[in-house]
Amino acid sequence: MSDITPGLEALDFSFAGRLPVGTFDPVLVGVVGSGNLEVLLEPAGGSECHVHVETSARGFGPIWEAVARDFHARHPLAGVRISISDMGATPAVVSLRLEQAVSELTS
Amino acid sequence: MNRRAWNTKAIDRADRLTRAREALGARLAGKVVATEAVVDLLQAVLAPGDRVCLEGNNQKQADFLAQALARLDPQRVNGLHMVQSVLALPEHLDVFETGIASRLDFSFSGPQGGRLAKLVSANRIEIGAIHTYLELFARYFVDLTPKVALIAAQAADAQGNLYTGPNTEDTPAIVEATAFSGGIVIAQVNEMVDGRSAALPRVDIPADWVDFVVPAPRAHFIEPLFTRDPAQISEIQVLMAMMAIKGIYAEYGVQRLNHGIGFDTAAIELLLPTYGESLGLRGKICRHWALNPHPALIPAIEAGWVESIHSFGSELGMEDYIRARPDVFFTGVDGSLRSNRAFCQAAGHYACDLFIGSTLQIDLDGNSSTATLGRIAGFGGAPNMGADARGRRHGSAAWLKAGREARTGRSGAAATPRGQKLVVQIVETFREHMEPVFVERLDAWTLQEQAGMELPPVMIYGDDVTHILTEEGIANLLLCRSDEEREQAIRAVAGYTAVGLARDRAMVENLRDRGIVRRPEDLGIDARLATRNLLAARSMHDLVRASGGLYAPPRRFRNW
Repeated sequence: MSDITPGLEALDFSFAGRLPVGTFDPVLVGVVGSGNLEVLLEPAGGSECHVHVETSARGFGPIWEAVARDFHARHPLAGVRISISDMGATPAVVSLRLEQAVSELTS
Repeated sequence: MNRRAWNTKAIDRADRLTRAREALGARLAGKVVATEAVVDLLQAVLAPGDRVCLEGNNQKQADFLAQALARLDPQRVNGLHMVQSVLALPEHLDVFETGIASRLDFSFSGPQGGRLAKLVSANRIEIGAIHTYLELFARYFVDLTPKVALIAAQAADAQGNLYTGPNTEDTPAIVEATAFSGGIVIAQVNEMVDGRSAALPRVDIPADWVDFVVPAPRAHFIEPLFTRDPAQISEIQVLMAMMAIKGIYAEYGVQRLNHGIGFDTAAIELLLPTYGESLGLRGKICRHWALNPHPALIPAIEAGWVESIHSFGSELGMEDYIRARPDVFFTGVDGSLRSNRAFCQAAGHYACDLFIGSTLQIDLDGNSSTATLGRIAGFGGAPNMGADARGRRHGSAAWLKAGREARTGRSGAAATPRGQKLVVQIVETFREHMEPVFVERLDAWTLQEQAGMELPPVMIYGDDVTHILTEEGIANLLLCRSDEEREQAIRAVAGYTAVGLARDRAMVENLRDRGIVRRPEDLGIDARLATRNLLAARSMHDLVRASGGLYAPPRRFRNW
């Protein structure tokens, strides 16, 4: 955890994917700003979808897990690493950024 | 045998006017009182225990008279019973700390809510009741009639005729109740006209309803409360506005409505000429409004959406724009807006088919409240806007459809055909700092216990709320047929709050199949298309441009 900025909380979730996405150019949406977040999608090989969250709002792990799980239910991506840099975005904004990112991937 | 005197009010009034004349001497010319004599005037006219209405709303304030009242000698004037719409200025509470006043009936305390709660718990204020605006005005004519009214106007002539300008607001209701019950009306004015070189642009309050006019040293305060900078509207608010327009306004054919003051509803106003137009809805929805002159509505007005707007008050900076659009706004012969809070509240209650606004908390019964711990705030006009008008009898497509949805399949009195007002709560599931809007128990219940209130301060009762709209979708409570269905419909749109996460997923899917819960995709709305590019204006400067340069925002909103 030494690479984590003090005050930030890091969370990791992994889900078994069913939609292999192969190789793609990394996708970046959103901005790191108050109430907002940045979402980076990168190819990772394997059959999992891994979600890594760094957030300035500590103590919302169960909500992040529920948001990530619902996203994965909608888009069961395989072989993807999702990196999120969050500055207190609401779940609504997080879900919207994830949808925007995945639409870049599939378009 | 009846020896009772029937004119004690008139005698009392004459006594007070005599006392004022004697106290003021040469500082009184006709009805016009010298500015520096204001404290002597109030001290002469007021008696301990008087019921006094001090005009002040969330917009205009009789601030000079409020300050004068706070300067009275509590040995001579004390124990006043204040009846007033809003506690906004420090002086509104100072009079209770000094003992000049002791009892209070009001509607809204906004910025003074915390201090009011402290004074109540220290037994410095006895609160009669917290009302809605219309309810308080109504009591002015029944059992809270003012003995003395302290009001604010833009200008007066030597006879005492008053011109209020665009911010007429509460003045007619207050003056009518006072002047026709043997009371005394005192007006602070920004300017005097002599009637020769300059006449009043129009008469809003006739001179024989007014006893004294005091020129104020500076113009009365007005708060630009209804100005929302489009730059601060989020894409989530755009998404919710799309759902409101497509899932509620179009669905019911809402022609007549009232909007709250938040960014959520500003987003709807700014989406009418873009998203609304793309759905072919111009002329089919949103033609008549009970609404203050919201700058955010300028693009829709310019695009031909709006036929009429009647207003509670005015809005700073909108004067020239209103003057240039007299077909839309209610204006006087002088061309400026005539607002009237009492009539507009009645219009919003009886002649509108929809109210939509935001709140801070919603419980599982759909009760909503903006009450927060440690503050006694009241709700102003929201409970009248956000309530079914049980006395309404005229039909409209939207009202009848809502009524059918609520009554189909019911029996007995609940099946009698009638309409229902659409009352929509529009909220994001989390407020700032991840405070959940959806809660098991409203803070209002704790506040009731803390402040010893007769009832929990609920802003809009659950049985009046017809729809709850969040970024997760729309819950149509009209279609629910049991408390359990209502609860699950509310949980269904409560997202990732604890209330939302505890929903019964199978039951929610059933509600979705029946159209009681509708997700954005169920409405044919792609959340990814909800961008700020859909806003007809994205900045204050855009609003100025849309108005053809007629809208002049207050300085604090000028960021270009």
